[in-house]
Amino acid sequence: MSASSRPSLGRIALNGAAGIALVYILLPLIFVTWLAFFRQEIPSFPPEGYSVKWFAAAANNQPFINGFLLSLQVAVAATLIGLVIGVPASLALVRHRIVLGPMFNTLLLLPLVMPGIVLGTALYVFQIETEIATGLPVMGSLGGLIMAHALVVIPWVVRLVTASLVGFDRTIEEAAQNLGAGPFTTFRRVTLPSIRPGLVAAALFGFVTSFGNLEMSLFLVGPGRTTLPIAILQYLEWKIDPTVAAASLIQIVLIAVAMIVTDRYVKLSRVV
Amino acid sequence: MARLSLEHLRKTYGDTTVVDDVAINIADGEFLVLLGPSGCGKTTTLRMVAGFIAPTAGGITIGERSVTTLPPWKRNCGLVFQSYALFPHMTVAENVAFGLEMRKIAPADRAPRVAEALRLVQLAGFDERYPRQLSGGQQQRVALARALAMEPDVLLLDEPLSNLDAKLRQEVRVEIRDLQRKLGLTTIMVTHDQEEALTMADRLVVMEKGKVRQIGTQRELYEKPADRFVAGFIGRSAFLDGEITAPSRFRTRGGVEIGCAAATGSGAATLALRPERIAVGGEAEALPNRFQARVEHASYLGAILDIDVSLSEHDRMLLQIPNKAGVAEPKPGETITIGWAEDAGLVYPREA
Repeated sequence: MSASSRPSLGRIALNGAAGIALVYILLPLIFVTWLAFFRQEIPSFPPEGYSVKWFAAAANNQPFINGFLLSLQVAVAATLIGLVIGVPASLALVRHRIVLGPMFNTLLLLPLVMPGIVLGTALYVFQIETEIATGLPVMGSLGGLIMAHALVVIPWVVRLVTASLVGFDRTIEEAAQNLGAGPFTTFRRVTLPSIRPGLVAAALFGFVTSFGNLEMSLFLVGPGRTTLPIAILQYLEWKIDPTVAAASLIQIVLIAVAMIVTDRYVKLSRVV
Repeated sequence: MARLSLEHLRKTYGDTTVVDDVAINIADGEFLVLLGPSGCGKTTTLRMVAGFIAPTAGGITIGERSVTTLPPWKRNCGLVFQSYALFPHMTVAENVAFGLEMRKIAPADRAPRVAEALRLVQLAGFDERYPRQLSGGQQQRVALARALAMEPDVLLLDEPLSNLDAKLRQEVRVEIRDLQRKLGLTTIMVTHDQEEALTMADRLVVMEKGKVRQIGTQRELYEKPADRFVAGFIGRSAFLDGEITAPSRFRTRGGVEIGCAAATGSGAATLALRPERIAVGGEAEALPNRFQARVEHASYLGAILDIDVSLSEHDRMLLQIPNKAGVAEPKPGETITIGWAEDAGLVYPREA
């Protein structure tokens, strides 16, 4: 066997590292999936048998259903608000020479790197102070929760939309204007379709980030208003039966389906 | 269609003047070419006409309509971009229909006009293709069809051929010219390609450093260049620096005395001669300006021979001889007789 046909040592090491990373990412998902089908109430190995009864339990658990609906509502609203704020911000950052532009850019990405606990505490204090100052019922309100979630959506929007705007050829906007399109029509008919992949990816990642947010939400939910991650956490405080695993699995499948469907229209690997 | 006038257009960015007092009147149906080296302000001028750049001073009138303060979408100028700027997410037909759609023309009425525009540029049947499925030349035609479909008052071409390969460029040149004549479109084209400008234009505008150096037909620019820049930019010229010593008398830096009808006034000047007006050998014998020149360098260029000669230590000039059968290439160091008529040269005041 000649030396050239043998895979090099570096290549083996690289593939090995990739394999380890993949296993590392997938292992918890595999365990959750496995656990969701255990028959016994207290998870122990080896399983005593398999059952799908926990899925029924999860689907009939009222706090989970309410949590799911609230999380959905919050994530959709937060994503929309994030887009409405993030897209113009990206346009401004890419297209105009703004004083302290790079600083604003970093600032807009900050919620992404800020620990959820810190963000939650800060917003909690802010909302209390706002309520004291204005007398408006901000604390624990749905609006307050949505605005907080919009904050974690914005970095995704800015990051991804900025990336698609940077490679965008602006002469096609001039062409549209030359053909008689005003600024708004130009944006809607020419700019928007060109940055659509970035927008779709931004909406998806923003949605997922909001939907799964636990730490920040813990500080901001009001009585009777519990998001799905919090409902799951509360359930875990009393019971550790596989209902939680089943609920998580449903969530994982929903998100995976959303990503696969999105990927059909927009190659996510190309924008992210 | 309409006539177009640029009235003392000026554009400055801070202290830099990019376009300086450009005044041009373009007749209805005329094909005008703005020609000049890069950075001469020709593209800025075109973009001011299209409305993408607001002039610092001056005005633009299309037909009877002053458009100086109108935004681009209200000007009705069809612009063909250098990069074509087709909408990548729209089909060819949608691209061409865009301008009609913006003019609120009903979909049923758009279709025949789109078809007609595509037929004009010989792309009938390409309606459903996307720009990425077309070659560069085809994309260029779509861009042209898109500009024509909306029936613009003026057609603006921004180096439309510079992204095409040489052979295609020759073909498209003629096609655009024919189409422009057939439709009687008032047209401004910007280019830095002299040959392109000469083949396509009715009239040319030579620009340099933001200023119009000369406006005229091909013949006027070549035979009566207004200044030394134009003499060097349009075609080739041999330049000899020196001074005017008396009416019709020019003395070069190296002390060579030349009779020149165009030498009037006095002082430092430059004599410009077209290389093909200079006769060599026997043909030079009867001419009033006749000199022994030393060959410095000769280049064989196929149809012609480029010869670099010196008249004196300080005077070097270029001449060209047609490569007729039996003409031997002069060798460097050889002495040849050259000559030209008194009316052959043009004299320009020396530029500082």
